[in-house]
Amino acid sequence: MATEFHNLQELRHSASLATKVFIQRDYSEGTICKFQTKFPSELDSRIERTLFEDTVKTLNTFYAEAEKIGGQSYLEGCLACATAYIIFLCMETRYEKVLKKISKYIQEQNEKIYAPRGLLITDPIERGMRVIEISIFEDRGSSGSSSSSSSTSSSSGR
Amino acid sequence: MKNCEYQQIDPRALSTPTPTPPPPPCAKRKTQRPRRKWEVFPGRNRFYCDGRIIVARQSGVLPLTLGLILVTSGLFFIFDCPFLVVHLTSCIPVIGGVLFVFVVVSLLQTSFTDPGILPRATPDEAADIEKQIDNSGSSTYRPPPRTKEIVINEQVVKLKYCFTCKIFRPPRTSHCSLCDNCVERFDHHCPWVGNCVGKRNYRFFYTFIVSLSFLTAFIFGCVITHLTLRAQDEKGLVYALQESPARYPFHLAACVPSLTWHMNVCSVKHNPQTELVVCFFSIWSILGLSGFHTYLVASNLTTNEDIKGSWSGKRGAEDSVNPYSYNNIFTNCCVVLCGPMPPSLIDRRGFVPEDGDPQATPQELDLPPFVAKNDTNMEENCQDFALSCTA
Repeated sequence: MATEFHNLQELRHSASLATKVFIQRDYSEGTICKFQTKFPSELDSRIERTLFEDTVKTLNTFYAEAEKIGGQSYLEGCLACATAYIIFLCMETRYEKVLKKISKYIQEQNEKIYAPRGLLITDPIERGMRVIEISIFEDRGSSGSSSSSSSTSSSSGR
Repeated sequence: MKNCEYQQIDPRALSTPTPTPPPPPCAKRKTQRPRRKWEVFPGRNRFYCDGRIIVARQSGVLPLTLGLILVTSGLFFIFDCPFLVVHLTSCIPVIGGVLFVFVVVSLLQTSFTDPGILPRATPDEAADIEKQIDNSGSSTYRPPPRTKEIVINEQVVKLKYCFTCKIFRPPRTSHCSLCDNCVERFDHHCPWVGNCVGKRNYRFFYTFIVSLSFLTAFIFGCVITHLTLRAQDEKGLVYALQESPARYPFHLAACVPSLTWHMNVCSVKHNPQTELVVCFFSIWSILGLSGFHTYLVASNLTTNEDIKGSWSGKRGAEDSVNPYSYNNIFTNCCVVLCGPMPPSLIDRRGFVPEDGDPQATPQELDLPPFVAKNDTNMEENCQDFALSCTA
């Protein structure tokens, strides 16, 4: 995990940010958090469509799970109401637990799939849940030393 | 070796240190003190306890609301409870105490919770949206008001572009001019609680007004009972009202919802008919508000939508149906009041990245020391990108 993380840092060190693509929200089902699965044209040459769609669909599933209205959420809500909502100060809500799962998933996706292709996904929570920001990096190529370029190639070979 | 090479980048050499108040007395700091995001928040809000508590800029009436509730309840507990415990039951102060706790706690939570503020768009995001609008729109000098139409549950909904926050507002979001923020599921800006009421604190607000209705009705009932019992024991109702300090809760139970009525009552001395009438109307105003919000909850509407008549079919030829309603009163109530609690999107206590732009860099979630080192490169790259965008 630590070495992979360092490779991600070195990707940024040896690559320059070319552009950012924003995946907007899909409001067709109301105000629930769901992102569009339309494949942006800028990523055409960088990543396979299926991988991208899988990532977005999994994220949508996570958000749907967080916002699911069912027995457990009602229980949590009623318990909170009965304690005059003081329980929100002590306990972590289900939404927050799912958000932690989401950030772990995004980090894992970045390390395994996106960083080797020179891409980086930003967690939507850092953009107010409005967009999924994907940063596209261009490899500088000549600026890094031989060891840094070999590390980039080793990460892309994963 | 990789580590050494990477760690040799010294952000201190590249970023210009700005003086921040107050500088630490002993250590010679080359970097500026890391600031939290609430310190650079662009909206008109005030923050306390290092970003844990958020209120609107004008929170002037909140102390009054709190004061009125505390004083009324205090007088009730001091004057009426001892008498009623003796003559009726000892449950009276218990019920009163529980209601009082609910009222105060829910009031404070309504006032100090982030109502669902949407953070403003990053420069990159705003540029991307502008590009999309320019591609589709005409190139006239004054562009038409920017709206986007979407379909939610077979209902056409218009999303408006917010010029302050530089985003297309999600459905049910509105920009509060007092707080200068876009708030999700915006209900209204309540001066009595000193904050907007939106997605995250609507349930607290509802609990507050419902428990306040019960509390005022309870106090009103107890005071009437107290005076009646005294009138029976002693020389009659008028004497009881004149002599008993129990008349003060009458004055103040009337004041709890309404400042103007408070002014009137203060000028009225020993006139029980006026007091009762004023008290009656005051309690009805709170009960009316509770009833109105119960209707809103049951039909999954916001005050904003109800006032504008968005879904009542007043405007347009076709029938507008609320697309967010589940068409079941019970489900609507459960969803609005007991639904999952969404997180705060503005991350008040997070640290601003060292490059000074709080939203330009994607942050890694573990190992915060790496964030500072990344930003040096990201700043250069972001500047390059920004220049290439505007070229």
